[in-house]
Amino acid sequence: MSSATDTSTDAIAGDGIVRAADGTPLKRSLARALRREKLRSFLLIAPLLAFVVISFLMPIADMLFRSVENNIVEDTIPETVQTLASWDADSGDLPDERVYAALFQDLQIAVEQRIHTRLGSRLNYEKSGMSGLFRKTGREVRRMEAEGPFKERFIEIDEDWADIEVWAVIKRYSPPYTPGYFLNAVDAELTAEGVEMKPENERIYLMLFWRTLVMSLMITLSCLLLGYPIGYLLSHLPARSANLLMILVLLPFWTSLLVRTSAWKVLLQQQGVINDFLVWINLIDDAGRLVMINNQTGTIIAMTHILLPFMILPLYSVMQTISPSYVRAAKSLGASDWTAFWRVYFPQTVPGIGAGAILVFILAIGYYITPELVGGTSGIFISNRIAYHISTSLNWGLAAALGTILLLLVMALFYVYDRIVGIDNVKLG
Amino acid sequence: MYPFTTGGDLRFDAGVGHAAVSAGARVQKSEWTAISRGASVKFDSVQKSYDGETLVVKDLNLDIARGEFLTMLGPSGSGKTTCLMMLAGFEPATHGEIYLNDDGINNVPPHKRGIGMVFQNYALFPHMSVAENLAFPLQVRGMARAEQEQRIKRALDMVELGAFGGRRPAQLSGGQQQRVAVARALVFDPELVLMDEPLGALDKQLREQMQYEIKHIHENLGVTIVYVTHDQTEALTMSDRVAVFNDGVIQQLSSPDTLYESPQNSFVAQFIGENNKLSGEVVALDGANCEVRLDDGTLLVADPVNINGAGSRTTVSLRPERIELAPSDEPENVVDGKIEELIYLGDHIRVRMNVAGNDEFIVKVRNRRDKRPISEGDTVKVGWAASDCKALDAVA
Repeated sequence: MSSATDTSTDAIAGDGIVRAADGTPLKRSLARALRREKLRSFLLIAPLLAFVVISFLMPIADMLFRSVENNIVEDTIPETVQTLASWDADSGDLPDERVYAALFQDLQIAVEQRIHTRLGSRLNYEKSGMSGLFRKTGREVRRMEAEGPFKERFIEIDEDWADIEVWAVIKRYSPPYTPGYFLNAVDAELTAEGVEMKPENERIYLMLFWRTLVMSLMITLSCLLLGYPIGYLLSHLPARSANLLMILVLLPFWTSLLVRTSAWKVLLQQQGVINDFLVWINLIDDAGRLVMINNQTGTIIAMTHILLPFMILPLYSVMQTISPSYVRAAKSLGASDWTAFWRVYFPQTVPGIGAGAILVFILAIGYYITPELVGGTSGIFISNRIAYHISTSLNWGLAAALGTILLLLVMALFYVYDRIVGIDNVKLG
Repeated sequence: MYPFTTGGDLRFDAGVGHAAVSAGARVQKSEWTAISRGASVKFDSVQKSYDGETLVVKDLNLDIARGEFLTMLGPSGSGKTTCLMMLAGFEPATHGEIYLNDDGINNVPPHKRGIGMVFQNYALFPHMSVAENLAFPLQVRGMARAEQEQRIKRALDMVELGAFGGRRPAQLSGGQQQRVAVARALVFDPELVLMDEPLGALDKQLREQMQYEIKHIHENLGVTIVYVTHDQTEALTMSDRVAVFNDGVIQQLSSPDTLYESPQNSFVAQFIGENNKLSGEVVALDGANCEVRLDDGTLLVADPVNINGAGSRTTVSLRPERIELAPSDEPENVVDGKIEELIYLGDHIRVRMNVAGNDEFIVKVRNRRDKRPISEGDTVKVGWAASDCKALDAVA
């Protein structure tokens, strides 16, 4: 006892720094004592950290970088880009002979390396016809003699080379970074007059973003409406029946996503089980069979089913912690069943609702396979377009831009959610 | 007034005049008395079964008078909480009828019974402030806001928590939560308040303090209180009458002193206070006293509380503090005992002895200045009066 008192008086020396017994500052002493422990815990997570960085963070960073990266023009036709710099697209004149000569030089090399078609495809995203122009020119350039005047030669090959707009596009997309993909992703384009919205009939992405948001909200809402009573039932049943019901809730997790989605096809299609039943009980006639698949209805039904467990589980784990004595207390204080539920039980489940809703919403907003299978054309999500650009049209830049926008959208919603509900109020169990 | 420490920081909000709390509280209490009045409760051959195979409560008949403080005491699983839940309306009675002020309430839902209840873990609504918790029963009754506020203030002052209205339950100590729970159960002027082991979660010191607090509130308000506990000290301290439950049956229903002094059977004797048990056979019964031959042949004179007559088996029960070591006067019973163990407890010494073949025989010796030295292994005489040893447990 007395020695402890001695140390504590000694510990604070004249300079006010608390020191350990050997005179080193206590903070440093503590840090040294904990260093070994920290190092060990870091080594434990190191493999996972490395895995996440290499296989997840780096590809995502690369993908995001692709949404603005545009080196292809400068890399493929460097001389042309350089000479074009002094040309003014608004002057109304075609570029001069030097530019055509540079293009000839660049294309000779590019054709040799067989990369000119790639440039054509890239520029084709901005102006249709560019792909064909480059392919055709590539074929001819090989036979072309290395003497001028190149301007006439090129226009001979394809009169598009006399189109100022073609040159304007090349010049506009020659810098190494471009907002083009992002503009495309919000249905805008870069024209000579600056940023403009695309013509009405070419717009698609804003509508898709909007539809993705609205449908994800509807799916979240229907998950909540269906999941809340189940969570309530689960948390109030005796353990044995609750376990059985829990297995039923988790059953979808153990079944392949494709099988489940296909099952919905069987159920919902016009010659399917539900329509047959409705016709059989004469609720609808044969001609008036309901269209429930390959549209938004199909997507909402199938995705609600698939995401329901993500709503039920957080709800259940929160409801389980709510003692039945709260509702009893409310009733003993004179509250009717409904008042006891609404004023006492429900507010305590809000953290579960928050967790479930955010989980379902975020999963829904990036969902891809189910809308693809049962969504038809009116029920597809933005992720389906992203997948299309990655695997079919190979326009990775646009896919990356769409993905980035989706990511930012989710983060923005998350922020709003935090401000309204408070992320501290979210409880997963 | 009884002293009251809050077991924490007692913060007084500026603006809420709290200086005159105890004086104000006293005035408020008399108002409460004027408007409150206890209800009577009657259990009429009530039975309860959960599974249809076993009875948790077997044929319960119980009359609780207006303004009475009745405690249901018993070990866990004895049916006392079930009785409380049936009275509150959360469990239906399987058979029989419960009356509140002479009206059958079997078919009245809990929220229409108007019974205040304090729960084991208080059940304060965590998402509401203390004041909102107290306002809840008033709001559901559609009371005007001004009157609500007046009543909340009065109830909070009564439990001396006037400055804590704005806090959340989680910001209060256990004792403070407990008092808010009591205030909430009383704020809507119920005639009957049920308390389900309300002090179980508090530490010993706070528990004792709250016992007096609740007792005083009961005295001041005149409400009927039905209190459930498994703590015999709590039951003895607070109650007008105690119903000792075991195995779904009331073993004894009487005032605390009768319960301790004259237990009706060995369960009650064992459950309330400490108790030495000696088993034997009744050999003679003559009006006031009976003679019991213990299994080792010792003859005792005992008080025949609950026996069947000569020849029947009995359990003789006597309190450790009523036994004297080396008695100076001549009590009816004097036997030899060997001291097995001495346990020093400060105010008294527990002496474990071997008496009449029972080596768990406990004698409490007061720690007096003129104490005689005793040591383990000694054989001494122990004596007690016939009226202090009860012959119990008539076996049919």
